[in-house]
Amino acid sequence: MKPAPFDYTPAASAAEAVTALAQHGDDAKILAGGQSLVPMLNLRLARPAMLVDINGAAELDYLREREGRVHVGALRRQAAVARWAATRLPLMAEALRHVGHTAIRNRGTVVGSVAHADPASELPALLLCLDGEVVARGPQGERAIAAGALYRAPLTTSLRADELVTEARFTLPRPEAGWGFAEVARRHGDFALVGAAALLWQDGGGSVAGVRLAFFGVGGTPQRGAAAEAALMGRPITGEGIRTAARAAAAALRPEGDLHASARYRSEVAAVLAERVLTDAIGRCRRAA
Amino acid sequence: MTRTVRLTVNGREHTVQVEPRLSLADCLREVLDLTGTHVGCEHGVCGACTVLLDGEPVRSCLMLAVQAGGHAITTVEGITPDEGLAPLQQAFQDKHGLQCGYCTPGILLTTHAFLEEHPDPTREEIREMLAGNLCRCTGYHFIVEAVAAAARAAARTPPA
Repeated sequence: MKPAPFDYTPAASAAEAVTALAQHGDDAKILAGGQSLVPMLNLRLARPAMLVDINGAAELDYLREREGRVHVGALRRQAAVARWAATRLPLMAEALRHVGHTAIRNRGTVVGSVAHADPASELPALLLCLDGEVVARGPQGERAIAAGALYRAPLTTSLRADELVTEARFTLPRPEAGWGFAEVARRHGDFALVGAAALLWQDGGGSVAGVRLAFFGVGGTPQRGAAAEAALMGRPITGEGIRTAARAAAAALRPEGDLHASARYRSEVAAVLAERVLTDAIGRCRRAA
Repeated sequence: MTRTVRLTVNGREHTVQVEPRLSLADCLREVLDLTGTHVGCEHGVCGACTVLLDGEPVRSCLMLAVQAGGHAITTVEGITPDEGLAPLQQAFQDKHGLQCGYCTPGILLTTHAFLEEHPDPTREEIREMLAGNLCRCTGYHFIVEAVAAAARAAARTPPA
């Protein structure tokens, strides 16, 4: 349970980290909060030759609201983001409450979790639900990667080995939008067996003007509930309509079974949670004037 | 290749030579001889190794010793008075909030920080806080009682 030997480079800025990544390529890993990487080192599931530690890169410790989005820097801890989200983005505050425990959130970063791409974790699904993107910086400069183009497979993203995620951007919901979040886990703070997040807003007549549904724990990547979104969009809300939409979204998922839950159980729970988070979202909607 | 790190632990400065892969937990125990910090799962799940980093609970098995320079670290030795027990520790003894004691240092430090932010916690809040620390002996009931008792005792005693 001790890591294999590695070398260590503290980076005082994003530029220094990118330079170190360019030097070491595939052999290097970025160390931010370390709450996912260090367990993998200790279990020797990961054996990087070089760790590039960005904890000294104070310029990456920020959270800014810009043009309807929140930009979270790569060093902003989950606990700090949760304190901001309590009043500005309750959906994220609720999701973060389910990310590990206080001691984990005090070190773990939002960007680290988004980039680690564990399919059972909350924040990648939230990036999907909130039309988010990440900013990746490499030797050739910066590029933005939309959430839908980021996740490829478990723990696998479209990031290149020489790129550092400097920032994650989440769209702030319009004021009248309601939200829902639910997950089923064996124990509070454990990885979810299944989870879902929803955002929904209505027009003046009460029809659905916008809806986002995202799942986690039901496949190799976080999944958008596109079938439910299409079924609800532009229509008046009924209990039956929500149930049918939730079932349609869950039917499109292809979860795998494992020791903790069978594939059939995950599909069934996904349908139940989708209905629950959509219903909660509707309950929290404010009617547009 | 080793590196030199200056650590501040329980208010005392130490200069240590460590390999980058040495965890803060192992550094505290093996290098500084502060064996109150316990090591359980070594991957962040059990909470036995919890210490305070600048006053906030963190897993010392998920932090490298080389990362701890410039931070104030508090271990269970640091919250224990020279004579006797701190009120929080006394509450654990009074309420039988431990059996084998392996998880206790981590729980004490997690609770120490928790009570500063939640001086009057509900049982539900106490349980959610404790979910990050595994105890396989007690079934948690007496730990919850101990935390509640410590909060009540602190409320009766105005801060000096």
